[in-house]
Amino acid sequence: MSKQNSKAMLKTLSVLVSLALVLAVGLPEAAAQAKLKVGIIHIGSITDAGYNQAHSEGMHLMKKNLPNVEVIQVENVPEGADAERVMENMIKQGAQLIIPASFGYLDPALRVAKKYPDVKFVHPGGYKLAPNLGTYWASTPDAFYLMGIAAGKTTKTNKAGYVVALPISFFLANINAFHLGARSVNPKMETRVVFMGTFLDAPKEATAANALLDMGVDAMGVIVDSPITVVQAAEKRGAYSVGYHYIGVQKFAPKGWVSGIAFTWGELYTRFAKQVMDGTWKSEALLGNLASDYLTIAPFGPAVPADAIKLVNDSKQEFIAGKKNTFQGPIKDNKGAERVKAGEFWPLTAIGKMDWLVEGVIGQPK
Amino acid sequence: MGRVDKATAGIDLFRNKRVASLIRFSGLFGLALSVFAVVLLVFGKNPIRAYVDIFSATLGSSYGFSEVLVKMIPLALTALAVAIPSRIWLINVGGEGQLFIGALFATWGAINFTNLPAWLFLPWISILGFLGGGLWASISGFLRAKGWASETISTLLMNYVAILLVNFFVFGPWKDPESANYPQSIPFPDAAILPSFFGSRVHLGAVLAIVGLILFHFVLSRTRWGLEMRAIGINQEAARRNGISTYRYIIILMFIGGGMAGLAGMGEVSAIHGQLRPSLSPGLGYTGFLISWMAMGNPLGIVAAAFLISVITAGGDILQMTHRIPGAAVHILMALVLFVVLARRVGKVRGK
Repeated sequence: MSKQNSKAMLKTLSVLVSLALVLAVGLPEAAAQAKLKVGIIHIGSITDAGYNQAHSEGMHLMKKNLPNVEVIQVENVPEGADAERVMENMIKQGAQLIIPASFGYLDPALRVAKKYPDVKFVHPGGYKLAPNLGTYWASTPDAFYLMGIAAGKTTKTNKAGYVVALPISFFLANINAFHLGARSVNPKMETRVVFMGTFLDAPKEATAANALLDMGVDAMGVIVDSPITVVQAAEKRGAYSVGYHYIGVQKFAPKGWVSGIAFTWGELYTRFAKQVMDGTWKSEALLGNLASDYLTIAPFGPAVPADAIKLVNDSKQEFIAGKKNTFQGPIKDNKGAERVKAGEFWPLTAIGKMDWLVEGVIGQPK
Repeated sequence: MGRVDKATAGIDLFRNKRVASLIRFSGLFGLALSVFAVVLLVFGKNPIRAYVDIFSATLGSSYGFSEVLVKMIPLALTALAVAIPSRIWLINVGGEGQLFIGALFATWGAINFTNLPAWLFLPWISILGFLGGGLWASISGFLRAKGWASETISTLLMNYVAILLVNFFVFGPWKDPESANYPQSIPFPDAAILPSFFGSRVHLGAVLAIVGLILFHFVLSRTRWGLEMRAIGINQEAARRNGISTYRYIIILMFIGGGMAGLAGMGEVSAIHGQLRPSLSPGLGYTGFLISWMAMGNPLGIVAAAFLISVITAGGDILQMTHRIPGAAVHILMALVLFVVLARRVGKVRGK
């Protein structure tokens, strides 16, 4: 009881002291000094060199840009009862901006957002909005197309392999884009895909990667949370690899590194934090592309020929200028049906409806 | 036979000296906390501040405490799923799978009968959840009763089948067309969401868990069935010769145990997620197994162990928030606690 009293006294005292400080320094000054707390929840480990680390590094850069912002970070939070509790606890600690950094946190975040209308939420890759919950992501097929060009020019066996978490349309679109890019420079290219059924299962990923390598694949790509396992398996057997999510994957495969698609969230998170601090934040569905500072092509490895690098860079500019479409018809699926007519293209806004794999991709989309 | 005798002796000892056991347990728990304090010091953190934060965030506020209860509900139920068959020395490692099938059945009931009123919905999906988990477990029970397969192996393997079965539905026929192709069912109708109490997330599952624990205790200590189960546990052959149908007990106890895990799955999918997802459970069935083992199948022990695990999980997040301690460090604390509690048990059985 006495402890509570002294706690209450301390609280009153600190309020008085801060009030005095505010008066002494002047109110506008105090507003500029306002400290923002940003909470971020990760589904996995922030040292996974993948999905989670990309978000975590983004927070690091934000903190560097805005030293008066404080970051509260919790990793390894499952998508069930725990996610809501962690978000509520962050709010109780004073967080005014929350990044629930996994797709499956969307519904828990919406429930917490409803309960705390003054706290802002930004959710990656979601499809629902609330007055205080916005979404952000970048459309990746164009970037995968560029990786296809680089890999198609680098491969010696003309066989690429992809280890992919789930056969959901966004990932199918990425694989299709990669293959179309590779085919554009290498008509003999064939892409094999294996689905894991989960975002993180290192032993299963190693088995899949080695099985693909046994089939003669010499360019490995990966769409799971942590690319380390697949990229290392490729490196060990002298194959090339294409990274995803985090920009620093190259160090796990220095020799066979081709390039990678990386999310560099730092500047975007800085903007979110600034908007929340100056009150200009508004709920929106933000979808970036190759022109955005948060979708980056990672540095090229030593194995990539110079003409491939030039072609990738030129194509990137064409995508940005809107002169090039990844899903430009005619496109047939791998069962022979025509999916996009000649002269037409499948818009990137409709990739949520893509449930097929293009001709030359070996794998089952369902 | 020798193994069974020694192990039952371990349980007797625990019953007779419950208080002594509690003191020893607290001592060992203290030991685990001290070892973790050293780990915290190595990280350059103040262990006393850390422990104060853990306990004040989980037990020091009504919100924190309610969240500990939320976490305890599925753990108590999945622990019961293990404890009930363990009375006749059946080892049910399949709580995870039974939880998933319970959730699957409940989801079927929720998304296909959307017009039911809430008062009908709740018993309806509870029965379905119980039935789903129970039927799934009784497959293993049947195989064991026939003497065809060990229930330890079959329940474990059927976990993977259960999860794949749920995946089949959420990736295929039950996938919500509005979910941007992400594998999840359509949301439950509001009437099919278990009611919560006192503005917290503590839901009706808590009542089911408490009723389950009390019934378990009552049946064990006050009924003929409890006595017969005890007889089977001590000597199956003798029990059979005395006219007790071990065959029936094996299937029924596996069914009830599985039903408990099924209720846990129903509670999670209805009250917590509100829709069926592959990420339904972060290993609740396996944690329940550990809890039952820690508690030696004792109902009060289950409550205590589930409480402990829930406090550490919820408090672990606080450590990450306020002390910048990596998530992996929290696993060290959990492992230490499990280690001292479980190591003690093996030592006891061998020592006897």
